[in-house]
Amino acid sequence: MHPVLRTVLQRLGLGLVTLFVVSIVIFSAIELLPGDFARSILGQAATPETVAAFQKQIGLDEPPVQRYFYWIGGVMHGDFGSSFAAQGDYHRQVIDIIGPRLKNTLFLASMTALIAVPLALALGLLAALYRNSWFDRIINATTLTMISFPDFFIAYILMLVLAVKLGWLPSLAKVNPDMSLGDRLYRAALPVLTLTLVILAHMMRMTRASIIGLLASPYIEMAELKGVPRSKIIVKHALPNAWAPIVNVIALNLAYLVVGVVVVEVVFVYPGVGQAMVDAVRSRDIPVVQACALIFAATYILLNLTADIIAIVSNPRLLHPR
Amino acid sequence: MSEASIKAGEVVARRTMARNALRLLRTAPATAWFGMIVIVSYGVLALFAPLIAPYGESQVMGDAYLPSSTAHWLGTDQLGRDMLTRLIYGARNTIGIALITVLLSFSLGGTLGILSAIFRGWLDQVLGRIVDVFMSIPQLIFALMLLSIVGSSATNIILIIALLDSTRFYRISRSVAMNVVVMDYVEAARLRGENTSWIMFREILPNILPTLVAEFGLRFCFVFLTISALSFLGLGIQPPTADWGSMVRENATLITYGKFTPLLPAGAIALLTVAVNFVVDWFLHKTSGLRDEK
Repeated sequence: MHPVLRTVLQRLGLGLVTLFVVSIVIFSAIELLPGDFARSILGQAATPETVAAFQKQIGLDEPPVQRYFYWIGGVMHGDFGSSFAAQGDYHRQVIDIIGPRLKNTLFLASMTALIAVPLALALGLLAALYRNSWFDRIINATTLTMISFPDFFIAYILMLVLAVKLGWLPSLAKVNPDMSLGDRLYRAALPVLTLTLVILAHMMRMTRASIIGLLASPYIEMAELKGVPRSKIIVKHALPNAWAPIVNVIALNLAYLVVGVVVVEVVFVYPGVGQAMVDAVRSRDIPVVQACALIFAATYILLNLTADIIAIVSNPRLLHPR
Repeated sequence: MSEASIKAGEVVARRTMARNALRLLRTAPATAWFGMIVIVSYGVLALFAPLIAPYGESQVMGDAYLPSSTAHWLGTDQLGRDMLTRLIYGARNTIGIALITVLLSFSLGGTLGILSAIFRGWLDQVLGRIVDVFMSIPQLIFALMLLSIVGSSATNIILIIALLDSTRFYRISRSVAMNVVVMDYVEAARLRGENTSWIMFREILPNILPTLVAEFGLRFCFVFLTISALSFLGLGIQPPTADWGSMVRENATLITYGKFTPLLPAGAIALLTVAVNFVVDWFLHKTSGLRDEK
């Protein structure tokens, strides 16, 4: 197991380095601000004194390296600093804005993953097994079409049909922490359904492609020629080698969810991090934007990291790259 | 004498290319034909928008949210502007901006990718690491963050998305160019004393063009969807410019009254991306025999 451990540790180290660099990039965003930024936030009437006070408040009078470590140190224990949006002298803490929303977004994403992953794997496998049949053709055309649709198109079609015309589901997904699980599921049904459809198409096509690629390899043909029954070929010969690509497919698409939630949350007015980020971008509330970007980027990196590690552990050939 | 032979060669090459194109078109499946027809009609709409559209781009015609009538086939929008006119102008603005963005990112990413493949060494290393960092942040999130800093305007969107998207072009053109750089004819050109731009554009580019063209199509879809998403979020192309993404957002309330008007611009986006995907799918199938890539 020694070489496996070493590869995994190397990958983990690389992941940490990536996270570190990405945090620097996100932090540097504030360094790139044009000089008149304070003025555009405070309005044209701002006096030089208020501009200076604002710059002091966001810490622009200190050296960047010091500020970076101050910021990242805070982030480590959940302190993202205070928002630009002020009520009088009081600035809301970024974590108070994002914290409750993060739970909502995680709820939305995990529900979607729970439904979409098994469904996509099953459908992808079926399409691969019966390739070029009418079932495969229909699935292929439908998924290619779905991939091309903008997220909000699917969202509004579902809203129009399921919520407005048929009245089965609520059109706006307003949830709050006091609701029971069932109630929350009911309220969040449309966003979950939309996101499921969006990632289902990607995931299925990729599952199908990776399994077809695998079934074309010589050792599967060998097994076929030996007369091994089809079900046994799939389970005993194909599946052990298919885990790595399949896990990769899942992680890639869960990472895609990260982007998908932003638009879908806005459409259904779902109180999540994506919506918070869009609002913050609109009001140019940089600390909130940075916090959201860091959360999204970290999730994305961690998902890819997990996929790589599972791929290494489940596929012995990856242990000796090239 | 040598000049004459080059000319003859050119003529023959051109003829076979045209013949090949014709032959290829004849074998195109129905989906590819559908895609091509849709793309061409969008192109016509976009180019001749002022001639085709019944009214002016942001001309207020009457009450807001009028239902469809003979004067306004698709009704009016939230400010009382003709929906059909806005849709037609939207083709011009939305597609135009996406196209400029992809062209920019294509030339930036493609050039850097080929340069990396030619020179390797530190240039390749530095560019590669920068691209790694860029690609480890989801594109829409990165774009949102940059927009919050520079503020949203059409120019900013084009520059930001082009920069972020050029990483993909960089990756693919570098990896394809790597296989071509080692070919004997490139070595021969080098020994002949040709300069870098000759090697890039005359030796390498023609040989990696099919892959890049297919990638261009896919990236166009992606960029088009990203920009529409940004506009839909209210952070993209700003009013009063007619743009499909913003039109969906502006008229979204109509959905709750059971009207399908907001779906029209969204559908227009969807139809174009479907069409491009169909054509690219067929193109990939034809040029590389790839069947299940993407």
